Amino acid sequence: MEKILQVKDLELSFNTFGGEVKAIRGVNFDLYKGETLAIVGESGSGKSVTTKSIMRLLPENSAEFKNGEILFGGRDLTKLSDKEMQKIRGKDISMIFQDPMTSLNPTMPIGRQITEPILKHQKISKAEAKKVAIDLLRLVGMPKPELRMKQYPHQFSGGQRQRIVIAISLACNPQILIADEPTTALDVTIQAQILELMKDLQKKIDTSIIFITHDLGVVANVADRVAVMYGGKIVEIGTVDEIFYNPQHPYTWGLLSSMPSLDTSDAKLYAIPGTPPDLLAPPKGDAFALRSEYALQIDMEQNPPFFKVSDTHYAATWLLHPDAPQVEPPATVVERMKKFPGSRYYEGGAVYNGR
Amino acid sequence: MARYIGKRLIYMILTLALIATFTFFLMKILPGSPIASAGKLSPEQRAVVEEAYGLNDPLPVQYFNYMFNLAQGDLGISINQFKGAPVTDLILSRMGPSAQIGFQGMVLGTIIGILLGMIAALRQNTWVDYSSTLIAIIGISIPSFVFASMLQYFFGLKLEWFPVALWKDGFMSSVLPSIALAMFPLATAARFIRTEMIEVLGSDYITLAKAKGASGSEIAFKHAFRNALIPLITVLGPMTVGILTGSLVVEQIFAIPGIGEQFVKSIMVNDFSIIMGTTIFFSVFLIVVILIVDILYGIIDPRIRLSGGKSS
Repeated sequence: MEKILQVKDLELSFNTFGGEVKAIRGVNFDLYKGETLAIVGESGSGKSVTTKSIMRLLPENSAEFKNGEILFGGRDLTKLSDKEMQKIRGKDISMIFQDPMTSLNPTMPIGRQITEPILKHQKISKAEAKKVAIDLLRLVGMPKPELRMKQYPHQFSGGQRQRIVIAISLACNPQILIADEPTTALDVTIQAQILELMKDLQKKIDTSIIFITHDLGVVANVADRVAVMYGGKIVEIGTVDEIFYNPQHPYTWGLLSSMPSLDTSDAKLYAIPGTPPDLLAPPKGDAFALRSEYALQIDMEQNPPFFKVSDTHYAATWLLHPDAPQVEPPATVVERMKKFPGSRYYEGGAVYNGR
Repeated sequence: MARYIGKRLIYMILTLALIATFTFFLMKILPGSPIASAGKLSPEQRAVVEEAYGLNDPLPVQYFNYMFNLAQGDLGISINQFKGAPVTDLILSRMGPSAQIGFQGMVLGTIIGILLGMIAALRQNTWVDYSSTLIAIIGISIPSFVFASMLQYFFGLKLEWFPVALWKDGFMSSVLPSIALAMFPLATAARFIRTEMIEVLGSDYITLAKAKGASGSEIAFKHAFRNALIPLITVLGPMTVGILTGSLVVEQIFAIPGIGEQFVKSIMVNDFSIIMGTTIFFSVFLIVVILIVDILYGIIDPRIRLSGGKSS
């Protein structure tokens, strides 16, 4: 498969009054054409910062690239000038934000907000741009798009506004669509509609999606591959089945155990103890070690490298080192692993597809 | 919309009636009489004059007479300052200079204030920002008469660019008083626009505009500016008050034959009908400004336009 975006050894810091916050500490991943890559992790794990750094939307005066590169179309996005970035933003890479209630300009009719990137990036007349915008609104399922063009954001519901934001993001047929928690601010039924819409649209326009979320249910629904982030790093990356049914990193175990499911019989839901690491002074070894009951001595001292689980599945944990002791994952995770061919707990039968 | 404005007009008339009543009785409580300062009169002569102006009638009769005349647009006649001249004519003949410096001051102050505020917000925490804030603080804290005297001293006396206090050279005469009046709206606009721009520039829709590929200037002018204007419109009313009260003093200092100057003088000599007339004139002006502000609000902010639309 064709790689459309490569993030290599990306390190980024924020310079604050309190010191240097190392928000991203060596992130590597590739994005393939037409796939959906989900990035999951708790608040402060660096998932939003990673994607905003791809778009270069972070405040220039405090955010600083320390190392690494972001390769897109043969160019390193970290080195482009602001002018060159403006030509990429909205055209080749576009973005959907978390809160549709605040991401549209309240004093501009939505028609103009949709035509803005079209007029900006394409040589096209205003009347034609308007037609494109109406088609886009129809595409995202907005009834009576011609009438709606002149209306203002406050005349739309939250779900409709997110559809408009999606229409804006698709205006120039981007190669990459970054969706930063696009359903978090919506209620569950609208969430489902928006997810369906995004899956539909991806098939129609063949774009690659980076989908940021902390909701594993959403991940199972939309993603082809999953990257789990913790403390400014990717700790595990693999296909959606590998992450859900053969997880290797203790943090992924914790995440999966804390997800309620229909067959969870226990009354009490599992929660990962402790708090995320302080990125002003990141821990020396595995950032998750202090919260993990599976931590080894070496986790406190040395940063684990990526160990290969399969061609598509990598995890950064010393537990995968040949010399590491065998540990028993939490019971809920073992239950999952029983369904995965290739895992040591496999009991036969077909794998449950994550979706 | 028409119904909304009609409703507002009725409220405006009620407000004016209240203001007139209030001012009338306040004037009556004040010690002194317009005649007392008019020279040495014998008690008999005084009685004759007071009788002629109806000052001997019982208070309610005076009040109803006044209100009746007011309802017909008659503000009465000057008692001692311009003996016998109708107050309406006095005000109208004096309106020109006041309106000119008031308008010039307001436009100059608002435009420069908005520019200063925008630049300060776009160059936050740089020397540009700090100097703009300094100008705003000076504009708010130095009263217009102090500023007026400084202008007279430097640009009138020392540099001799403009006349010190002479209303003869048309526009040239109006420059210094306009600048003196502009300081308050300038400072207010600069502060409001800066704060609001910074907040707007940090909002999600600005990030989305950036993500669409908009350039810095497109973001500032197409997306942020209009949203940052909304709170400034709210203070347009108070700003106009600032211009009005400022003009009372500034006209006096620059010897401008305007309403303010006449108002101050009429207070000094207790010319009851001019004080009343000017107060009512200022009130009408202010109430109209507030109505315009409310209509402007709707034009700039579509959310308000719609909720106002319910009554239309």
